[in-house]
Amino acid sequence: MMINRRSIPVGTIILTVVVLLGLVTMILRYIYGLGATTNMSDGRAWGLWISFDLYCGVALAAGGFTLAGIVYIFGREKYHTVARPAILTAFLGYTLVILALLVDLGEPWYIWRFLFNWNIHSPLFEVSVCVMTYTLVLALEFSPAVFERLSNLDFPVIRRFNWRIPLRVIRTIQIPLVIAGIVLSTLHQSSLGSMLLMMPETLHPLWYTPILPILFLFSAVAVGPAMVMFESTLSSRVFGHKLGLDVMSGLGKATAYVLGLYLLLKIVDLLARGDLALVATAYPQNLLWWGEIVIGVILPIIFFSMPSVRKSRTMLFWSAVLVVLGLVFNRFNVSMLALEIRPGFTYIPHWMEFAISAALVADAMLVIFLAHRLLPMHEEEEAAAESG
Amino acid sequence: MSKGVLYDSTKCIGCRACQVACKQWNEMPAETTTNTGSYENPPKTSAYTLTKIRFNELEHDGKFHWVFTKIQCMHCEHPACAEACLVGAFQKTPEGAVVYDDNKCIGCRYCMVACPFGIPCYQWDDPTPWVRKCSFCADRQAGGLRPACVTTCPTGALKYGERDDLIAEAHQRIAANRDKYVDHIYGEHEVGGTSWLYLSPVPFEKLGMPVVGQEAVTVNVERAVGAVPPVLVGVAAVMSGIYWLVKRRQQPGGEDAPSKKEQVEVPK
Repeated sequence: MMINRRSIPVGTIILTVVVLLGLVTMILRYIYGLGATTNMSDGRAWGLWISFDLYCGVALAAGGFTLAGIVYIFGREKYHTVARPAILTAFLGYTLVILALLVDLGEPWYIWRFLFNWNIHSPLFEVSVCVMTYTLVLALEFSPAVFERLSNLDFPVIRRFNWRIPLRVIRTIQIPLVIAGIVLSTLHQSSLGSMLLMMPETLHPLWYTPILPILFLFSAVAVGPAMVMFESTLSSRVFGHKLGLDVMSGLGKATAYVLGLYLLLKIVDLLARGDLALVATAYPQNLLWWGEIVIGVILPIIFFSMPSVRKSRTMLFWSAVLVVLGLVFNRFNVSMLALEIRPGFTYIPHWMEFAISAALVADAMLVIFLAHRLLPMHEEEEAAAESG
Repeated sequence: MSKGVLYDSTKCIGCRACQVACKQWNEMPAETTTNTGSYENPPKTSAYTLTKIRFNELEHDGKFHWVFTKIQCMHCEHPACAEACLVGAFQKTPEGAVVYDDNKCIGCRYCMVACPFGIPCYQWDDPTPWVRKCSFCADRQAGGLRPACVTTCPTGALKYGERDDLIAEAHQRIAANRDKYVDHIYGEHEVGGTSWLYLSPVPFEKLGMPVVGQEAVTVNVERAVGAVPPVLVGVAAVMSGIYWLVKRRQQPGGEDAPSKKEQVEVPK
């Protein structure tokens, strides 16, 4: 399918500028250190990078394992078309997380130390091992797209290699890979919540609960399909590959069910701990709580259960946006806004922190653009290419 | 037996010799600060000021109190920093000190976020930063010396000894002077107990000491991390099971169960 492109790729230019700005900022950060380039302090040792790039980044990349699970384990072939883009975004999401950590860590050149000094009691150790392994799993899960492309290329050196061999190997181990991906995701999505269990004294009781890991897992599973709806709608604007309405509304319905369970868990947990009254009394934190619940849970559940919404791509898209926003809100709450700062400190991110986070997102978007142009991203295209 | 220090704020005169001794022993530079109209200086602990005396002027029971509080690492019995650190750079030694190792740290700063007392500090001004906090002078203790701050204290406000003995003594001091102390040893039970113990004439929250529970902050984390192996095996098994079931149902011509069974048995 041929698509008319604008002669000047405005989007690409803007993204490139953002990436270049981020690169310069990154160099400054390495020369002058974290104190000079960020507003983090002893009082707020984790800033924007941990809240946005790590906490939101990992959760928003949950589309990879949820879609892979729906398609390859639960056998819902309908969603096959979105599986590959979802896996690519997940892979890019995790690459972004690792890049962000290389900026955020005080001693990034020593990141390898965690491979040799194990503290198996640390939830962060579990997260590190899972993120490392899962990034590899995602690369392998996505690799067929690259191999398919390479096997169709007619370049001097490339065509002499039989790219069907690695393709066949990956296809053989595909199901174990998908299961490994689901196991690893279950573990580290929840472990990001376990990390916060260390702060019973500083995390506000509206959020602090022993079942925080489970809540983290549920919200990640809910946002996975929503994120896929969000991304594929955006990429369809750019690349003209429209997603079937039944696929969109199916994903919306799935999201609504998981969100419903999530809401139930949250309420029952507050009831069981006897802290339900806090949603009315704990000003101003209760506003943050209501914000994330109304935006990211209650409104989407209502919208997704309305037949009129499920018949409209635009409405489905905006409902998915709400879910994504609500999740971002939630992760910022638990990792920053509802987490007590040490007395006498304040924190508002430095512009350089924003610049680097923005550059990482722009970077991922550029790679997605490239992938859509260069690689077979949808199964139909692939099938058409093979038959044609 | 683990060591501890008993800090009796009624004996402290706010001379800050402990601050100076700490800087001397750890070879840490002075910090440039601005005059805030108080002798209290510097305003906060930092990677270069591991201990400081906080000055509190307050009213309690209708009386004016000028109370000093020494701030440094509490050396928890169940330290959050050590549980949090993914590379195990923090260790609770059998002697009581919680020590930190530059040679393991990668700079994630989880320890700083996890600490219920807000103690570990970072060398933010340094392009190759490390975490710094009071080490309970573990090096001096290993050589049979008392911590630098305790050695220098002129009034005996700091007493070094076996933690259990110090708790017993603190209870005696409270019992002997009911009107002088509040009946609370801060650190005896806080977050599961700490090596450093405090006595005060006013409630500790008035001194700005964090109000913390008696349960170690690591309890829920331990439970969550302990669930990892069963979750790993469980999720893998459930997913494999679902895959197998779905695959079986999707097999062509295998709509009803008996024929499916036959199909399976044919290869035998």
